[in-house]
Amino acid sequence: MTKKNYAFYPGCSSQKGASASNFATSIGVMCEKLGIQLNEIPDWNCCGASIGYGEGGLLPRMAINARNLALAEHHLPGQDMVSGCPACWLSTRETAEKLHESRSLMAEANEALKEVNLNFKGTVKARHIVEVLVEDVGFEDMKAQVVKPLEGMKIAGYVGCQTNRPFGIAGESFENPQYLDRMIETVGAEPVSGYDQKVTCCGGALAFSEPDKSQKQIRDIVESAYDHGAELIVTPCQLCQANVEIYQSEINKKQGTKLAMPVVYYSQLMTVAYGGTLKQAGLNGHVIQPEKLKQIASRQK
Amino acid sequence: MSEQNQQAVVRYRNNFLKEVETRVEDGEWVKMCMQCGVCAGSCPFGPHWEHSPQKIFMMIRAGKRDEVLSSDSMWMCTSCYNCIVRCPRKLPITHIMHGLAHYAHRLGMAPKGQPTREITRLFWNNLAKTGRVNELKFSLALYFKDGFVQGINNALAMKGIGIGLMKARRLNPMELLGGHKCMDKDGIHKIIAKAREIEERKQGYAT
Repeated sequence: MTKKNYAFYPGCSSQKGASASNFATSIGVMCEKLGIQLNEIPDWNCCGASIGYGEGGLLPRMAINARNLALAEHHLPGQDMVSGCPACWLSTRETAEKLHESRSLMAEANEALKEVNLNFKGTVKARHIVEVLVEDVGFEDMKAQVVKPLEGMKIAGYVGCQTNRPFGIAGESFENPQYLDRMIETVGAEPVSGYDQKVTCCGGALAFSEPDKSQKQIRDIVESAYDHGAELIVTPCQLCQANVEIYQSEINKKQGTKLAMPVVYYSQLMTVAYGGTLKQAGLNGHVIQPEKLKQIASRQK
Repeated sequence: MSEQNQQAVVRYRNNFLKEVETRVEDGEWVKMCMQCGVCAGSCPFGPHWEHSPQKIFMMIRAGKRDEVLSSDSMWMCTSCYNCIVRCPRKLPITHIMHGLAHYAHRLGMAPKGQPTREITRLFWNNLAKTGRVNELKFSLALYFKDGFVQGINNALAMKGIGIGLMKARRLNPMELLGGHKCMDKDGIHKIIAKAREIEERKQGYAT
C-alpha cells in the first residue's frame, strides 16, 4: 500500500510515560494498516492547551503555535499537520486561521519567530487524526482491515468538546455528531443509541481547579453510559479519557457510587479489531480495566 | 491598584467598552451581543457563574469596569466551546472570556487565589520553562500551591490515582528529575519574551 505522509504533532500528553502514552502506542497498528505515515515534527513544543491563556495571553500563544507550524512547513513541506490531541489541534488550527485572517498578527508572530530564525508562511493545514481517518481513509477502508470484529460489545461514543467544537469534523452537527458511532460500527461493535452525554464537557482542565463541579459532569457522562446499556466508553480526546476514567474512583469515594466504566480511545478499538495485541493497543495503560476488550485482544482469532 | 491598572484607568477614562475592544482578545465583538442568553443556558458550569457571558457583555457596555475585571465568571470557562457554536450572532464567546480573564489577571484585578487563575499560571510557567508540559511537576506544583502541609495532604488524598497511573505507565516518577523537553528551549524563551514585548508595545502598556 502506498503510504500517505503527514507531519505529526503528538503533543505533551502522548509522550512516553505521560497521561496519554497508551494513545500514542495504540495508533501504531492503526496507521500501519491504513497506510498513514506520521512523521514527527522535529522539536515540537506545547500548544498552551486550553488553560494556558490566562497567563500566556494571545500573541505568546499564537507565537508558540506558529513555531510548530513553521517547523512543519520547513522540515516536512507539503504535508498536512496532524494532531492526535484535540487541544493541540484546536490551538494549532486556531492559530493558523487567526494568522491567515490578520496580516498584522501574522507579522507580529513572525517577528517573534525571527528570534530563532524561523518564518511561517501560512501554507500548512492543521488537521486532527480523526479527519484523516474519516476524510482521507473513509469508513469502508477502515472496515476492510477488520479481522476480529468486536461483536457483541455495546459502546457509548463519547465525543466530548474539542474534537467537536468549535471546528468539528466537516459535515457533522455540533449537537449530535455521528462519526464516532459509525467508527464503532465499523469495528463490528454496537454504538448505544440515545447516549445523551455524547458532547457533554468533562470539565477539561478545570478538573484540577474545580474538582467537584467537574466530577458532577463526569458522573453524568458515566451514568448515562450505564443507563443506555454500554459496557465501555470510547472517546477521541486525551483529556476526556483521563478525566472520565481517573476520577470515577474519587466520585465513588465521595458520593458512594459504584462507577467502574472503562474508557478507551477509538484507536484502541481499531487496533484490536485489526488483530493487534493487547500491548499494541495500549490496553495495559488503564486504571479501570477494559476486560472484554483485553480478552478479545488476547484471543487468537 | 497595580501600576498597569492605573495607567489603563487614566488612558480609557470612562470608556470601558473601548478598553476591552482595544486590549482584550476578540473584544471588538462585545458590542455585537444581542442579549439572547443562549450562552448562559449552554455553559456546563452555568450554575456556578457569578455573571453569565451575556451579563458580562452588558456590564462592559455599561462601564462596570471593576465588577467585570474582578468577577470570577470568566475563570469558570472550561473551554468547551458550546457558547461559540450556539451563539446566533457568532460571537467568539470562549475567546472573549479567555481574553477578559487574561486581561484581568495581567492588571492584577482578577480574584486572588481563584483556583483556575492559579492553575493557568502554573501550567503556562511549566510549559514555558522547557517548551513542553511536565505533568508530574505540574500536578505537584498544584498540590503544593497552598504550602507544604496542605501539599502533603493533597498528595495523600490523590495517592490512589497517582499509583494507579504509575502502574499504567501514564505517570513517570523520573519526570521529576528533568523529563521531556524541547532541544531549543532557549529559543522558546526568546519567542515568548518577544511576543510579550510586541503585545505590550501594541497595546500601549509601556507608556
